[in-house]
Amino acid sequence: MTAKVRYADVEVGTELPPQQFRVTRADLVRYAGASGDFNVIHWNERVAKSVGLPNVIAHGMFTMAEAGRIVTDWAGDPGAVTEYGVRFSAPVPVADDDKGTTLEVRAVVAEKLDDNRVAVDLDARVGDSKVLAKARAVVRLA
Amino acid sequence: MPLNREFIGREYPAEETYEVSREMIRRFAEAIGDTSPAYTDVDAAKAHGYTDVIAPPTFLTVLGFRVRDGGPLSDPALGLDYSLVVHGEQRFVHHRPIVAGDVLSMTSSVIDVRDAGRNELLTTKMAVTAAAGEPVSDLYSTIVSRGTAAVTA
Repeated sequence: MTAKVRYADVEVGTELPPQQFRVTRADLVRYAGASGDFNVIHWNERVAKSVGLPNVIAHGMFTMAEAGRIVTDWAGDPGAVTEYGVRFSAPVPVADDDKGTTLEVRAVVAEKLDDNRVAVDLDARVGDSKVLAKARAVVRLA
Repeated sequence: MPLNREFIGREYPAEETYEVSREMIRRFAEAIGDTSPAYTDVDAAKAHGYTDVIAPPTFLTVLGFRVRDGGPLSDPALGLDYSLVVHGEQRFVHHRPIVAGDVLSMTSSVIDVRDAGRNELLTTKMAVTAAAGEPVSDLYSTIVSRGTAAVTA
């Protein structure tokens, strides 16, 4: 593994470069195909609204994957991520338009661990809504 | 109806293995919009010290949809109604990256069922191993079964 960030250069409180991801219906269709998760609430507005959702919602695992890119892009080697966990705290509604929904992700080094590993806490929001909670990745740096 | 707590500790080895292919990794990486060359370019992956392209950290989510039919959640005796379920938490622990060509075996188990207000939380673990039982990843998934907790006065 060859992360491009050095353990020695990182402190608790080091902020990772923030990222924004645009999520459209087309993204959800593509993710359904790639992941095998064809739950209708991720592509059928009629069914999503009938079960009380505000609209079609993104797969939680899609949101998790997008948010995780803040860590893999920073580390430079996606194989350096040894742990990644989240709680899905609010749905990510995706309307039928070309604008899509904007996911804003921030992350900060929360803890320096042994073996050149650091714990990174993530914050993922859509507008004022915090869509992931207890989101933490462990990554092994150089 | 509350979930059957006798399921805690039960193990369900998957009957099939899952072979990780370069094309499936490419498709997953494209779907999450991640352009890291470690997923698609064998030379770039080798420069990082891997034998072939590697998979994104959440790639193994694909396994859940491949082996669910033989797993604990589809066992009628558990009493799970899928229309009441939402995904609560997910965690991946990687002992090493997943590499194209890996032939993976999976064993799922129910590790916890408990009440959370009117809901129940069910946590499963899927242990993923490669040839000769080498540990690759452990996936912990908590689902929320809405409104099924036993009502106490």
